[in-house]
Amino acid sequence: MTTKPKPPSSNSHFTTPTRLTGAEIIWATLVGEGVDTVFGYPGGTILPAYDALRKFPIRHVLVRHEQGAAHMADGYARASGKVGVAIATSGPGSTNLVTGIATAMLDSIPMVCITANVSSKLLGTDAFQEVDITGITLPVTKHNFLVNRVEDIAPTLRHAFQIARSNRPGPVLVDITKDAEIASTVFDFDAARPPAYRPHPMLRVEESGLAQAAELIRNSKRPMILAGHGVTESGAMEQVRTLAERAEIPVAMTLLGIGGFPASHPLNLGMMGMHGESWVNSSIQEADLLIACGMRFDDRVTGKLNEYALKAKKIHIEVDPAEINKNVKVDVALVGDLREVLESLLPRIAGRDGSAWIKAIEAGKGAVAVRDIKNLPDSGHLYAAHVMNDLWRITKGDAVVVTDVGQHQMWEAQYFHHEKPRTLITSGGLGTMGFALPAAIGAKVACPDKEVWVIVGDGGFQMTACELATIVQEKLKINIAVINNGYLGMVRQWQEFFYERNYEATPLVSPDFVKLADAHGIAGRAVKTRGEVDSTVAEARAHSGAFLLNFLVEKEDSVYPMIPAGSALHEMIRRPGKNPLVETAQDD
Amino acid sequence: MQHTFVFYVEDKPGVLTRVASLFRRLNINIISLTVGRSERPGLSRMTLVCEASAEAGHRIRASLFKLENVVDVDDIAHAPVVTRELALIKVAATPQNRAQIFDLVEVFRAHIVDLTSESLMIEMTGVESKIEGLIEVLREDEGRILEICRSGKMTMRRGHHVSNVLRAMGAAEANVEEPTDSVQPEKEAAVVEPE
Repeated sequence: MTTKPKPPSSNSHFTTPTRLTGAEIIWATLVGEGVDTVFGYPGGTILPAYDALRKFPIRHVLVRHEQGAAHMADGYARASGKVGVAIATSGPGSTNLVTGIATAMLDSIPMVCITANVSSKLLGTDAFQEVDITGITLPVTKHNFLVNRVEDIAPTLRHAFQIARSNRPGPVLVDITKDAEIASTVFDFDAARPPAYRPHPMLRVEESGLAQAAELIRNSKRPMILAGHGVTESGAMEQVRTLAERAEIPVAMTLLGIGGFPASHPLNLGMMGMHGESWVNSSIQEADLLIACGMRFDDRVTGKLNEYALKAKKIHIEVDPAEINKNVKVDVALVGDLREVLESLLPRIAGRDGSAWIKAIEAGKGAVAVRDIKNLPDSGHLYAAHVMNDLWRITKGDAVVVTDVGQHQMWEAQYFHHEKPRTLITSGGLGTMGFALPAAIGAKVACPDKEVWVIVGDGGFQMTACELATIVQEKLKINIAVINNGYLGMVRQWQEFFYERNYEATPLVSPDFVKLADAHGIAGRAVKTRGEVDSTVAEARAHSGAFLLNFLVEKEDSVYPMIPAGSALHEMIRRPGKNPLVETAQDD
Repeated sequence: MQHTFVFYVEDKPGVLTRVASLFRRLNINIISLTVGRSERPGLSRMTLVCEASAEAGHRIRASLFKLENVVDVDDIAHAPVVTRELALIKVAATPQNRAQIFDLVEVFRAHIVDLTSESLMIEMTGVESKIEGLIEVLREDEGRILEICRSGKMTMRRGHHVSNVLRAMGAAEANVEEPTDSVQPEKEAAVVEPE
């Protein structure tokens, strides 16, 4: 998303002002805003809207739980770059959205949630299925609205889309009372245009700042680009690449920055942070200049703040002024849309020889860079890292991968290499288990021609497994890889490292996921050894419908390297064993 | 340190909650908050005082601006301003000991606005320290103060001042002075705060 929102397509269903009910106005406005798909669940107060739905060219995906609707709208937005839309009824319907809204908020995803509420005369009376959803979602939305007059529906919805898309994107909730849905008024899409878009008044890219940044880059010996989610959100992939190539600056990515810079690019060092590559974190600690592009110095990225990159000057290019100096004090702040800022900065950047620093980083990698898992003999053990690497090799990386949260999420980030933006969809900021399956449904609906893989742990899968039925009802071809280790793996890993292997409440008894898939009419296979991976993945890909692979992986494997929470970046826990340097999946 | 923000918000239901919720989320305690209508129709003016680290001012201002209903934010910091607070203080006083309080009120240039046989009410306007001073003196006699009601600080910059934002909205027709950028620390006021 750029700071200047694109105007919605003017293909409103109604080209001339027409008298409509509030329920009809909801859909007519969505059509005008370019929406063709929504994810929702009906109920008492939203019934008037559902009654009017058939008159409009909108695909409605019926979810099994409203949390799924929010994650689907989120996945749809992440995969397409468009605004995702979720619909729910009042009371529990709206509260069920909350986890999904917070997930979108933490990752700056443009989303509009429409909920219905009881009639305005009943507001505040504790009526059946009444809940103060605007109050509840206030801290987890970019903004929210309560609409109780039919005349306000179209302008409010249009304003909601503008807010969701503009500046730093985010979720907006519009709560509409039932009486406003039922009443009617003249619908005029153009007249409902929101007030002129106003950029955040503290956006500031000054000549002096650009000159200072250019000089810091020119004089630096050990610079690094830190590429975050903003690279994709702003569409600044080319600009970041040009900067990196012209000035020969190596690039490190945050989890959500993956895909914003090609994995195969020689300047791409890999992921930073808690489970980032050891040489990336070491390089950050050694760097004399960090150029942070659309990232927010999250604690999972910085580790212990007062020992973070002490030798480096910092340039922060960021669209949200409230992120400047929040966690890390920076030397130059360029506050604006990343692409626009880089376009202003690039003419000041001359060619620069960065080879000495790049060689030093390469030398520092040593044996730890050997991630030679594809050549490991089949010892009978199946490691999750094998699965990730094989999936990447078999799909040639040409797939949209949607991961859940936990160990498998980190292994995916380490072993599946992404060349293009929007090919890794994952819950970064909030770390929401149960995200993957519904978000993948949203991604597949947004990109029906792309191969979509869900990678999910046995814990997270069971949080939203009800959406398997949605996959079947919508006839979606989604491949599901359950990384099944019989534990809540990441929590178990923390218990192993920090709680003396007290595995309290982490061993997990699960149903037979292949049978569960079968009960839904989804084909599946259990995979127990490395040797079966190729053939079963090929079978899943070739199958016409959705397919579930239940990978029964090593139970007590851990993600390495790891920086314990609150430790400095160089204080890594390395894989124990015969060859501690080789961070491969050969635990025993 | 104490931060003072003066900001304009849309006069709509729920806006106060959004402002208060922001400070709650940032884990910052609001010391005082005054709200009232402003010179601009449809906009309310708030003066908010809070305790936060010296570096927090920038983030608070940026976060306030992120609220859709907030139109303009001025971080007063060290700018020359006039600050006032209104206090109503009810004290126990009988016809026998009233005279002493009358004297006090005279010294502090306050007013008596209500008088009964058992109590009287003092109205006082001034800077915070002056009000604190009166309360301290009244407290010398234990149990004398029955009620205190304080408005919280109201703050206005000295001289002509219209922010960039309000200027962009067409609010600055009559003002010729260049707007001061409130992000930049400004030199201390040369004007002496009158009693």
